[in-house]
Amino acid sequence: MSCEEVWREVSNYVDGDVDAALRASMDEHFRTCVRCSSVLAGTRNVVQLYGEERMLELPAGFSRRLEKRLAKNAAVKGRGWSSWSTWLVPVAALALIAGALKLTNTLTFKHPAKSILAEPGHNIPPDMLVVVSAGSKVFHVAGCPFIHDKATERTITAKQAMQDGYVPCSRCLRQYLKTGLTGQADEDDAKAEAEEGQEGVVSTAEH
Amino acid sequence: MSEPSMTLNNPGQTAMREQDLISSVQRGQHELFYELVQPYERRVYAAALAILRNEHDAEDAAQEAMLKAFANIRQFRAEARFSTWLIQITVNEALMRRRRERTVVMEGIDDRRDGEESEYAPRDFADWREIPSEALERKEVRQRLAEALATLDRKYREVFVLRDMEHLNIQETAEALGITVAAVKTRLLRARLMLRDLLAAGWEQGWFSRLPFEKGNKPW
Repeated sequence: MSCEEVWREVSNYVDGDVDAALRASMDEHFRTCVRCSSVLAGTRNVVQLYGEERMLELPAGFSRRLEKRLAKNAAVKGRGWSSWSTWLVPVAALALIAGALKLTNTLTFKHPAKSILAEPGHNIPPDMLVVVSAGSKVFHVAGCPFIHDKATERTITAKQAMQDGYVPCSRCLRQYLKTGLTGQADEDDAKAEAEEGQEGVVSTAEH
Repeated sequence: MSEPSMTLNNPGQTAMREQDLISSVQRGQHELFYELVQPYERRVYAAALAILRNEHDAEDAAQEAMLKAFANIRQFRAEARFSTWLIQITVNEALMRRRRERTVVMEGIDDRRDGEESEYAPRDFADWREIPSEALERKEVRQRLAEALATLDRKYREVFVLRDMEHLNIQETAEALGITVAAVKTRLLRARLMLRDLLAAGWEQGWFSRLPFEKGNKPW
């Protein structure tokens, strides 16, 4: 067997992808050929070193950025994946338009909302991940620009947020608000935003 | 080949945990998705980087691939390896992005310049010994290895990364890149031999000079 023939098969040899006869011939060649032994050893070193997990380095902050983007996406996705919400939202909208307000009254919270202007959410998937922060009464989708005091933000489920008296952000979670469903109440929106801004100032001072 | 970091402790238990996580995410526990993919984020990023050669683009493609995996998690079937499925999505995403860029034209020209039909002959026949994996604890060594890899032409680099760093098998590598098994083997051979020569040359320049090798022995 020539050196050239050995080089052609050395990669398959390292992978164990040669038949018994070829392996025997190559073994015999390696025993007598220093050059091909060197080729074999170097090839093994390449495979071994590059195969180490440590060779796969991540940029600084990669994991944090990925987790954040996934959390944000999961929150948005949660709205679409809950099979009940996909059809219940338009049904609820029709019910509202028809004046059937009793339907929505069944979805209010046990705990009082933190603002008199705040509006409870409707049909929010309970396991949807949302962000709350200290001093604000509103919960948001991750990445919403209206999150107050970002340093204290934490992620919880929508169910927990509502149980704790938080209400949906009128911007990023508008589709879950009665006003969002009916397409009205921009005026209330502005009031709520103004109040939220004031509370943000107060809370900053308190902390 | 082994699954890095997923088989270090108890492979059976880890596989069961992974299957549990997949089932939970498929049922709607979306918050568990990151836990599911976290062991593979290095491999996903490396696959994207091998194809795109730009850290920023690679990170964006890796994130996008994860989001696509999340969006399609219900289509994942247990008979496939989750890691392979994830890498496949990443490779598709990265290839799609690269096709959109004009650089592919330039790389195509480069690739034709040294066609794989011509055989590659090793150039360096220095004495050798096994390099311990502890050598990788030195950042300089990892950097040199990464630099050598970056000098390979695209078609060799992609095959090498998927096969030897992502630990896909030959068939999976061929499917991921849309090439034949024979092409994978040919490119892999060439990539390994070229890297061997590149690193042997590095030895001459003293890369490994602070490694605990015996005097006179060369690792390549």
